[in-house]
Amino acid sequence: MITLAWKNLFHDRVRLVVTLVGIIFALVLILVQFGLFLGFMETSANIVERSGADLWITAPQIPYVNGGSPLAEANRWKVLSIPEVERVDRYILAWVPWKLPSGAIENVQVVGFNLQSGIGGPWNVVAGSVDALHGEDTVLVDELYKPLLGVTRIGQTVEISNRRARIVGFTRGIRSFTTAPFVFTSFKNAQNYAGGVLKENQSIYLLVRARAGVSAERLRAAVKSKVPELDVLTNAEMHHKTQFHWVFNTGAGITTLMGAVLGLLVGIVVVAQTIYAATVDHIREFGTLKAMGAANSKIYEVILAQAAMSGTMGYAAAVVIAFFAARASQAGNAPVLLPVEVAAGTLLLALAMCMGASVISIRKATKIDPAMVFRG
Amino acid sequence: MIEIRDLVKSYGSGNSVVHALCGVDLNVAAGEVLMMMGPSGSGKTTLLSIMGCILRATSGSVKIDGLEVANLRENKLPEVRLKHFGFIFQGFNLFPALTARENVELALKLKGMSKKTAATLLEQVGLGDKLKSYPSDLSGGQKQRVAIARALAGDPPIILADEPTAALDSQSGLTVMEILSGLARERQRAVVVVTHDNRVLRFADRIVHIADGRVVDGELTEERAA
Repeated sequence: MITLAWKNLFHDRVRLVVTLVGIIFALVLILVQFGLFLGFMETSANIVERSGADLWITAPQIPYVNGGSPLAEANRWKVLSIPEVERVDRYILAWVPWKLPSGAIENVQVVGFNLQSGIGGPWNVVAGSVDALHGEDTVLVDELYKPLLGVTRIGQTVEISNRRARIVGFTRGIRSFTTAPFVFTSFKNAQNYAGGVLKENQSIYLLVRARAGVSAERLRAAVKSKVPELDVLTNAEMHHKTQFHWVFNTGAGITTLMGAVLGLLVGIVVVAQTIYAATVDHIREFGTLKAMGAANSKIYEVILAQAAMSGTMGYAAAVVIAFFAARASQAGNAPVLLPVEVAAGTLLLALAMCMGASVISIRKATKIDPAMVFRG
Repeated sequence: MIEIRDLVKSYGSGNSVVHALCGVDLNVAAGEVLMMMGPSGSGKTTLLSIMGCILRATSGSVKIDGLEVANLRENKLPEVRLKHFGFIFQGFNLFPALTARENVELALKLKGMSKKTAATLLEQVGLGDKLKSYPSDLSGGQKQRVAIARALAGDPPIILADEPTAALDSQSGLTVMEILSGLARERQRAVVVVTHDNRVLRFADRIVHIADGRVVDGELTEERAA
């Protein structure tokens, strides 16, 4: 029966192409939309995920990492007195104006971190170095935002919050979920750039690292007892809070997820329609098989095998297209991520979609009257 | 081989009931070529379908090799068809995506038999050189010979043929009937042929005329009578 399914499929190549185009379209839509969703998830809280902090001490009830508000520095001394704490770094993440060469203003998010510990600092530096941030008024930006910020080279002087800033390096792949890029600098420099919103003895966050062997939960309990008026979040909690806000509260994630679901529905309809049409085309052959003595299960075998073959071939083409789309997206603001797990899961989805789409055809085949073979 | 008693087949119910067959009695023996003739709508094909366990009778008895099949459950009928029958259809009903050999192999596979005999069966019907040909590359006569080879897959004791020569030219029709007739005589198969084709009547051992759902006469041909 598998041979018959295979041969039937390739006998009518036009129909095969139409079927495959439908499946490929649906699967590419699913893969790209889901990849976009994963990209959103990753981008929305990358700064937290890669921070290296164990705890974030924040002003009460902040909605997400980009929405912090000032804390008094005195809190740092309180927390430093806790035996479970190895270190506490002040950390700034604040929205500040960047003056473009044209004179226009672009908002950026300045990230001020402790250069000694590197906690909350940049990663994937591809030009210049983090050490260069020891210089006064020095910053690192991501190469992705060079055109947006009017930056062309290391050593270029720009203006942030009416202060001079010198580019000392570039990172790669540190995207911002918002339109405001991250600008990494030392805590001291960041204090200067964020002067409008921050007093000298304030920071936005305190990032805590535990001593070896101390769990995040134990650390949190100890810290919370020292600063009960503040919020104390583990890195995972801050990550989740930020991710949830950007992806779900803003509706961006739901939109992409709906795109993926739409792709699935389109796929099921297209595949169901083409497989059903193919079944109707072969109805006399199925009638002959029944007349010859084939059980219904044999007919189902043919239909399901055709569906599975179509699904697998469509998937193979779709995953290649999605791979190139994902690669091309790396140069843009909205990365499409295509991890192996998603690619493999989509194969199962493709097979399930094609099998599911065969149900109507199977119902049709069940009702075939073998006596039809005697009707001319 | 086939024993039919008081066979009735009706469609519909109440005032709109239509009787396709009304009390048919018929026997078909091994080694016999039985031809069924009659006008369109007389019930020939219905009778053939019931004989072949494709259609169920309303009442009456149908025994195949001594096995009563009229009361068998629907899901048992495919098994009976596989074991006892080979079918030949007016429109050939070959699988267009399969070669001649693959068409026969499919039937063998359905019957759980080795595919190796497919080539032999095609050689027996004179198509040893067409094993790899697709139905679209064959003439009508050649297609029907592939269908015969397919019907012979698994060596069934009964061959049922519905208008096997209707779509063929006269020479191809004669060739097909010679093969069917040879099967009955040399291999003791029961061959039942529904036909309108007077050219092939000389191959019959017995001709049954059916009209309005009844066997109106069953005559032995002169050759068999002698």
